[in-house]
Amino acid sequence: MKEFLEGSRAVAEIIKLCKPGVISAYPITPQTHIVEELAQMVADGELNAQFVNVESEHSAASVVLGAVATGVRVFTATSSQGLFYMGEVLYNISGLRLPLVMTCANRAVSSPINIWNDQQDSVSLRDSGWIQLYAENIQEAVDLHLVGYRLSEDKSIMLPVMVCMDGFILTHGMETVDIPQQEEVDKFLPGYQPLYKLDPAQPLTMGLLADPDYYLETRFAIQETFKDVLKMIPKINEEFKNHFGRDYKDGLVEEYFTRDAEKVIVAMGSVCGTIKEVVDAQRAKGKKVGLLKIISYRPFPYTRVYDVLKDVPRVAVLDKAVSPGAYAPLAIEVKATFFGKKKSPKVVSSFVAGLGGRDITLESVKEIFGKLTQKEVSSEFIDLKPELLKEEYGQ
Amino acid sequence: MFGPLVIKPSKSKGDKTGSWRVKLKPKFLQKNCIACKMCVLICPEGCIQGKEKNTYINNEDYCKGCGLCAQVCPKADIVMIEEGAEGEKK
Repeated sequence: MKEFLEGSRAVAEIIKLCKPGVISAYPITPQTHIVEELAQMVADGELNAQFVNVESEHSAASVVLGAVATGVRVFTATSSQGLFYMGEVLYNISGLRLPLVMTCANRAVSSPINIWNDQQDSVSLRDSGWIQLYAENIQEAVDLHLVGYRLSEDKSIMLPVMVCMDGFILTHGMETVDIPQQEEVDKFLPGYQPLYKLDPAQPLTMGLLADPDYYLETRFAIQETFKDVLKMIPKINEEFKNHFGRDYKDGLVEEYFTRDAEKVIVAMGSVCGTIKEVVDAQRAKGKKVGLLKIISYRPFPYTRVYDVLKDVPRVAVLDKAVSPGAYAPLAIEVKATFFGKKKSPKVVSSFVAGLGGRDITLESVKEIFGKLTQKEVSSEFIDLKPELLKEEYGQ
Repeated sequence: MFGPLVIKPSKSKGDKTGSWRVKLKPKFLQKNCIACKMCVLICPEGCIQGKEKNTYINNEDYCKGCGLCAQVCPKADIVMIEEGAEGEKK
């Protein structure tokens, strides 16, 4: 059923339909509305879940870890500092091979304190063993949570999923969203069937010490399982299309006018909507430009990116995060895609924009297309204000 | 694919923690042993077994080489030797 909803509310609605048994979260802007809505649903008896109030994100993640270990579906959400506060628990959840869906309402990281959107938080956790899926709009954010539970709980996967949606832009923006019916959700997403669970009747131990004789294989297993994730995401999206009508193709990337493009921007998240507007405008003027939207950042779909971009002469990667001292987080993946391959773009230029919520406008995107020349640039900051930069403190 | 993560009860018996032993290990000479069982009682791993005199021996799958058995033996019938140096006394 189509409704005009705030992004956070839409996420709460789909989570309600996924019927988690335990929700535990700590509020942090811009995730607050999601968990407030869910708490309201629990209080009103609309959602039969236990809402556990905790004093921190570390505890929130620990509560959901423990709860899913007993065999019940769970949910939590966070952003930025909260994500980092629960950081060590996140590695535990993936290491323990427990299924979970968490919303990361992408927000810049301190210091300095900034509550506005960029992707530094989730990107910084790229090695945590979590599957990371990025939403362009609110409908996608809703659908990714549903796909996320299916993917996460698959008995051959058993890895947690982080659904990343740009803070404020998607969490507090409003869109017409199609929220599915409970019956259809139940057909697509059956109840959680744990592979293993904590149960006094059949005791087992999770999270033992693994000395040098045992640890290596657990990491190898996760690495191998991520290859299975790359194959599973398209399968689940095919099923999703059959149930709900929305076609995300392989669910790993979205090609937008890339086929004959001379210049393509690669990006993740809501900025893709802005880029599509610019692509439409420039295509109308006969310019051959396109967008490659990355949906799955972890696992990174190298094969798909290669397929789409191998014949594109110039590629610009737009990062909303940095990796200080190295190539930007999305740019490095795109560059690595082509190393040692027969075909590759002549230029893969890397641009950084939107940090701390600085608006990426249509002009910013046009500037990127403009700066995508035969000269490759690395981590070029867009819309930088040089007047704010000082050589020495106190000058 | 899954690594060794979720463990059924008593699986840890299969984890041979003797790999943690570093440099020394006990050599039970089994010559002057009086079967006082002090070594059995003091071993923190509980990995010494034996019945009559001169039958006491450690289990190298779990022995950490802490040396308490050698220290407590009233007949000095247990000596610590270097790992891999059978027959040599320290």
